[in-house]
Amino acid sequence: MRVTLNGKQVDLADDIVSVSGLLSAYQLREKIVVVEVNGEIIDRSCYDTKAIADGDRIEIVHFVGGG
Amino acid sequence: MDTLKIGPYEFRSRLLLGTGKFADLDTQKKAVDASEAEILTFAVRRLNLDNPNEPNFLEKLDLKKYTLLPNTAGAQTAEEAVRIARLAKASGLCDMIKVEVIGDAKTLLPDPVGTLEASRRLVEEGFIVLTYTNDDPVLAKRLQEVGVHAVMPGASPIGSGQGILNENNLRFIIEDAKVPVIVDAGIGSPADCAKAMELGADGVLLNTAVAQAKDPVLMAEAMKLAVEAGRKGFLAGRIPKKRYASASSPTEGMIE
Repeated sequence: MRVTLNGKQVDLADDIVSVSGLLSAYQLREKIVVVEVNGEIIDRSCYDTKAIADGDRIEIVHFVGGG
Repeated sequence: MDTLKIGPYEFRSRLLLGTGKFADLDTQKKAVDASEAEILTFAVRRLNLDNPNEPNFLEKLDLKKYTLLPNTAGAQTAEEAVRIARLAKASGLCDMIKVEVIGDAKTLLPDPVGTLEASRRLVEEGFIVLTYTNDDPVLAKRLQEVGVHAVMPGASPIGSGQGILNENNLRFIIEDAKVPVIVDAGIGSPADCAKAMELGADGVLLNTAVAQAKDPVLMAEAMKLAVEAGRKGFLAGRIPKKRYASASSPTEGMIE
């Protein structure tokens, strides 16, 4: 499946079907990140159940140094 | 005890520190320690998925010791600021937000219309809102009318180090404020911090002046002391300025 991830076109492996799966694939399960799918912020408690579909626009953001 | 109260929160330190532009994470950690700041600002950005394990400053911090103040930097409209604020809050780490809506790329001065609108919406959504604003006393008033928890007028343009350019306006804002006034942006030196606090500001937020100093750790300590000195000076009440001299030693009992 092809999604737009942080602004880039990315082909995801077939076994990635949920937000949890996506975060695991990038080794981000232990990191402090926030996920937005098609403009909707996904609550942490929904990572396992939130399905990812072809064409989704996904943002994974975190805190960086700033003033 | 003299504390800084912002919404439901209370702080001993009146120095708020930004976390951008430090040369390395180790220096940054030492500077944060030396500043004794309790509120640290952060920006919200896309994670670099080409290097997801890049070290991150947040991971170096004992998060129980600090209150995080994410900013909406990068937003040029109220909508963008609201989106960033919601993302920040969804981290589960904080409900404070520094509203920052920039209206001009060269001066990085805030867009007053977008700033007011974003602040209004985020107050409605239950955020603790600290708004970075122009040093405009009327806008500061409007922001308080929509319920912000602190107003943060700039001393001068972000990162410019020019210090306080419009002391008069800052004084007007401070005199009328019903919420804390935190002078944010443009601070260059400890003298600027002390000046802001002597004018009666409730706090100072700075970043570049520490991060880009020759010795950021020493400068962080200097800023901390300057904020404390300025605050104490304000509370103590300075003497009025007089046109002519007035002797400090007794004029009586002179040896003749």
